[in-house]
Amino acid sequence: MNILELHDVSMIYGQVQALRDITLSVRQGEWLAIMGASGSGKTTLMNIIGCMNKASLGSVILDGENISRLNAGDLTAIRRDKIGLIFQQFHLISYLTAVENVMIAQYYHSMADEKEAMQALARVGLEQRARHLPRQLSGGEQQRLCIARALINYPKLILADEPTGNLDETNQSTVLDIFHQLHAEGSTIIVVTHSPEVAAHAGRTIRLEFGRMLDDSAWKETPPDSGS
Amino acid sequence: MNRYAMFSKIVLSSLARRRSRMLVALLAVGIGGTVFLGMGAVYYDIPRQMGREFRSYGANLILVPAGEEASLSLEDAARATALLPAEQLIGATPFRYETMYYNMQGLTVAGADLEAARKTSPYWQVEGDWPRTDEEVLAGLDIAEHIRLYAGSSVTLEIAPPEGRRFKKELRVSGVVRSGGAEDGFILMPLRGLEALLGNPGRANVVEISIAATGEQISLLAEEIRAVVPEVTPRLVRRIADSETTVLNKLQVLVYLVTAVVLFLTMICVGTTMMTVVMERRREIGLKKAIGAGNRAIIAEFMGEGLTLALAGGILGSFSGYFFAQAVSLSVFGRGVTLPFFLVLLTLGASLSVTILASLIPVTRATDVEPALVLRGE
Ligand SMILES: Nc1ncnc2c1ncn2[C@@H]1O[C@H](COP(=O)(O)OP(=O)(O)OP(=O)(O)O)[C@@H](O)[C@H]1O
Ligand SMILES: [Mg+2]
Repeated sequence: MNILELHDVSMIYGQVQALRDITLSVRQGEWLAIMGASGSGKTTLMNIIGCMNKASLGSVILDGENISRLNAGDLTAIRRDKIGLIFQQFHLISYLTAVENVMIAQYYHSMADEKEAMQALARVGLEQRARHLPRQLSGGEQQRLCIARALINYPKLILADEPTGNLDETNQSTVLDIFHQLHAEGSTIIVVTHSPEVAAHAGRTIRLEFGRMLDDSAWKETPPDSGS
Repeated sequence: MNRYAMFSKIVLSSLARRRSRMLVALLAVGIGGTVFLGMGAVYYDIPRQMGREFRSYGANLILVPAGEEASLSLEDAARATALLPAEQLIGATPFRYETMYYNMQGLTVAGADLEAARKTSPYWQVEGDWPRTDEEVLAGLDIAEHIRLYAGSSVTLEIAPPEGRRFKKELRVSGVVRSGGAEDGFILMPLRGLEALLGNPGRANVVEISIAATGEQISLLAEEIRAVVPEVTPRLVRRIADSETTVLNKLQVLVYLVTAVVLFLTMICVGTTMMTVVMERRREIGLKKAIGAGNRAIIAEFMGEGLTLALAGGILGSFSGYFFAQAVSLSVFGRGVTLPFFLVLLTLGASLSVTILASLIPVTRATDVEPALVLRGE
């Protein structure tokens, strides 16, 4: 079953056509990498998939629902229920502790539950750091905290925009290990990366150039995921 | 953890864990609250304070005989003064004027309730003593200079009662009074002493009343006296009653103006501070939206922070406003203010409303922030 389908999606910012006629399907449980030069439209695509922007043209079907015509309020609700976001710059709330940063996502979703938030921290190896503020955490720890927050509401789709862009080798492999676990558990993951090494962990890679989708490694190099 | 607990945690952590520009808003609301409560207290207290203050300028209501009568009865006067609110009545002094002779020269002797006169005419200055017996008198300053009277001297007056023979009486001068008014040309003595000399007791030519009330209120009271006691005619001492009212009105308008200006300035300051804070926090707002916060949650958090500060500012302002009003009142009127509790509530209400009003536009700006900016790393 496809969790995500894009049909002829274009994104136009004034004179700039950031995306042109993107058609893409992502199956449930797939791990997809998106590569491409700077300015090729990767983040633009993630913003559309993540319900943060609406496409100028084309349709987007997420989990069976056409989201391309929804208003901002409905998009917020879908983002809250179905998407887990991980950013290159971590983006944590500076005045909340690690566990509170996870709980605030629960709070916006439904109900803050400290116990569950602690379990999520334990999962990324941060249970000892629960009462620390983000600035007291290392870069790798901040990114793991960001992952714990992204996972807390059981999203159908995990979106990560250069999650390892600011991390060293060790932290990068820690993060990739967590992704492997999530993938093994059946999560759908879409990762934007500049690094072929990171992309190699994904089951499938697509490339963007000047807003066009160039190739789809799934069809060339690897057989389609057996689905899960 | 329930929603309110998490909400207060977010709001309070944001306030406590970063040196927020919003503290400027706290300061603004605090200062606004100070002026608001201070002005309120003064506004509330001024008529009472000033009323008492003005009462040192003498009578503001007099009773004279009705129609062609030359004198009125003290009983009627007492019925009339009984109509005045006791807590506002400073005093009522009956005066009876008679002519007596000194070396064949006529002079006016005023018999008065001197105890009451000390209240209705507190500005009289007496050199020597006030009369202690009915046979002692006060000499008006002009008379005293004219015929050389002084405290401790005596004066012999020739008295012509309406019935019976003329006779002479020696009276002791206990002191010399300086009033700056007509009394300076009179001999003043206790009304009972005058009655003992001339008979016909229980009558007066005029009753001077001093009452702590506004010109408007006095007019109403005068109407009532006219209706209930037709034997006396009440008259406002216009000059004093009117100028009191004018001064009070002007002061109250001034208080209104200052309060309005201060509230407006507070609102501008809170508004621009909030706007700056929203701009500074665009990334955080975008992030919150990206992880699922709706507009309501964003508004609630901003308003939560703003109103917490406004409440703190209002409480702070109430305290310092009270001390401000107290200091003003002590230095101007020489007595403290009475602060009604509703003024504190009003101050808190004003702080909160000003903050809400000032935050409307900034908060709308906050909801306009797009979550997409987070991924773009702006
Ligand atoms: N809000 C916007 N307004 C105007 N142009 C935009 C906007 N967002 C993106 N663009 C343009 O769209 C194009 C694609 O941008 P995008 O951020 O998707 O690139 P990217 O592939 O993520 O690049 P990078 O690797 O540097 O992050 C760029 O030319 C960019 O300038
Ligand atoms: Mg990008």
